[in-house]
Amino acid sequence: MTYLDHAATTPMFPEVVAAMAAAMARVGNPSSLHTSGRAARRVVEESREQVAAALEARPSEVIFTSGGTESDNLAIKGIYLARRAADARRRRVLVSAVEHHAVLDSAEWLAAHEGAELVPIPVDRYGQVRPETLRELIELDPDSVALVSVMWANNEVGTVQPIAELVAVAHLHDIPFHSDAVQAAGVLPVSFARSGVDAMTVTAHKLGGPFGAGALLLGRGVPCTPVLHGGGQERDVRSGTIDTPGVVGFAAAVQAAVARRDELVGELRRLRDLLIEGVRERVPGVVVNGHPEQRLPGNVHLSFPGCEGDSLLMLLDAKGIECSTGSACTAGVSQPSHVLLAMGADQRRARGSLRLSLGHTTTEADVTAVLDAIGPVVDRARRAGLASG
Amino acid sequence: MKVLAAMSGGVDSAVAAARAVTAGWDVTGVHLALSRQPATLRSGARGCCSVEDASDARRAADVLGIPFYVWDFSERFQADVVDDFVSEYEAGRTPNPCLRCNEKIKFSALLDRALALGFDAVVTGHHARLSEGVLSRSVDQAKDQSYVLAVLTPEQLRHAIFPLGDSTKDQVRAEAAARGLAVADKPDSHDICFIADGDTQGFLRQRLGSRTGDIVDADGTVLGSHDGAFGFTVGQRRGLNLTRPAASGQPRYVLSIQPVSNTVVVGSKADLQVDLIEGARPVWSQPAPADRFDCSVQLRAHGMVSAATVTVGDEGIQARLHQPQAGVAAGQALVLYDGDRVLGSATIVAASQAGSAAAAGAHG
Repeated sequence: MTYLDHAATTPMFPEVVAAMAAAMARVGNPSSLHTSGRAARRVVEESREQVAAALEARPSEVIFTSGGTESDNLAIKGIYLARRAADARRRRVLVSAVEHHAVLDSAEWLAAHEGAELVPIPVDRYGQVRPETLRELIELDPDSVALVSVMWANNEVGTVQPIAELVAVAHLHDIPFHSDAVQAAGVLPVSFARSGVDAMTVTAHKLGGPFGAGALLLGRGVPCTPVLHGGGQERDVRSGTIDTPGVVGFAAAVQAAVARRDELVGELRRLRDLLIEGVRERVPGVVVNGHPEQRLPGNVHLSFPGCEGDSLLMLLDAKGIECSTGSACTAGVSQPSHVLLAMGADQRRARGSLRLSLGHTTTEADVTAVLDAIGPVVDRARRAGLASG
Repeated sequence: MKVLAAMSGGVDSAVAAARAVTAGWDVTGVHLALSRQPATLRSGARGCCSVEDASDARRAADVLGIPFYVWDFSERFQADVVDDFVSEYEAGRTPNPCLRCNEKIKFSALLDRALALGFDAVVTGHHARLSEGVLSRSVDQAKDQSYVLAVLTPEQLRHAIFPLGDSTKDQVRAEAAARGLAVADKPDSHDICFIADGDTQGFLRQRLGSRTGDIVDADGTVLGSHDGAFGFTVGQRRGLNLTRPAASGQPRYVLSIQPVSNTVVVGSKADLQVDLIEGARPVWSQPAPADRFDCSVQLRAHGMVSAATVTVGDEGIQARLHQPQAGVAAGQALVLYDGDRVLGSATIVAASQAGSAAAAGAHG
């Protein structure tokens, strides 16, 4: 099997599985006051320190959540509600046009139910937000901006955003800045402190950890109204019994990913470039989407004119090559990607796209398998595209 | 053999796919996404368009251990089936969207794509028999769907497989249960899948608007008014809301719909009887037996079967019914059968009483 869908989820590191299995065998609610509870609390706090150290944040800035979607919801809704409560003029939510649906749909929900105005920030043809674009949008009326959210790196096309520059623009007007760093955390030098972001989403299963665990890194001075109410865990911002084994696995994974990062990134770049060059040689006319340099090391996003992505995916799957037509979140039905459309692609190019994402288990044999298959697969998909187009 | 099983999420297509697996073929399941904004949960008797139906199909494929994908055919479905449905009604005809979907989507867009991708055939859960290129009625006469498949050409039939034709619906359900397919007890779908609430009139009115016109008798006397001729079907009795009773005291029926003048013509049940049917765009599943031959014809998806003498012309075919039928609507299919075997089909464009100058019934 050639698994090239690491951006969807990547295999857990063996040491993470071992650490979680050990944690699952121990009883104890971290909020309990007795010995078992204190033991669990100690493990949770050590994990918090590990996550904080790996992402260059303070332990008190780590809010454990159930993962990326929850962290994005908490950041967008929580910061908006708190900022608006402090000043009713703050209604504008500026989010990049290429955000994950967890951010986009949270902002849309605020627009539909909480009086927000969703302002999409346009991107260039590589999917990047230009700092001057953000500046112009803010300066239309700085006092009305509740928050800005721009992802660290795009989950579909892999484009990396100039986060520090964008943060600087938002901070000129003291506007909080959130970034979804789900795709970036394991492979880019993501530093909460040095980037200046006020809130940052990370999740475990994209970097070698378990499903259902993640965090929102939230600056201590950043106002955020809770979305989940209850026992007051996690700075009172995120109630709910802490998933100790999940937190342990998350921390172990972040630590392992950061420790291996430089070595992994070098190898991913090499394999990615081999893959892109090989496909270009075999399929004339293929388009590489996203930024040519400022992109995730493991992301290859290609458009094959005249093909349906669905056909390509099925034909590759039949040959044991697993990849994705875009982001896999639309109920099994592939919609043309909003990311590609925002980058100026037409519907046909958007539909004829494939994402191959490499990760820590990818080998040169995987790249060879794709290169051996891709020519005939594209020919066949193109005939099918013409047949039913 | 590599086959593509079209899986709606219902029991029939699940068992059809299961039988293809049992036959030893290399089977891939595909659910056709036909709606741009599918409902999350199934409601009423819609049979194919919700996300829940897609999940049911996926679960059946999992149980069978076959690959499964959802393919988006919503644009083609909108253009070839839904828009066609509306414009046919607008033109005063009564379309059959299931037939159209078989003709344009399942055995055209889907089949073409399947063949191009290296499959040999498309498997569906239709209740009809197909053997050596001969399409016949299902052994379950009540569930027979050969009428909505008779529009397929021999070339389309060559790449179609209907594994259920020798089984009754009860047998199919029992087999689904025995195979552990959770859809075994799923209710049958009856309504038009893209009209969520079953309100065809409302669906048409939403798209075509209200257009007030006259309801007249055969002499042209105005008896009442309607708010859209497209809302009527030949043979319809209810919903006319005529205040003036007929002189005879007999109920009145829709005889014809005249879209250009936006007029609905009504008359007695006797006026509705027709025995001369004109069919256009014939499709022959089997070579036509002769220029003129006797066979049985079916004029609607359910029932309306009668013996007839068929004449094959250059432009189309003409069926002279041995017994008149009431309520023959233009736009429906005229399907020719030799016993249970489908010979071919055509689209009804006109129906009249032989020997009568005034064409009653449908106007093309």
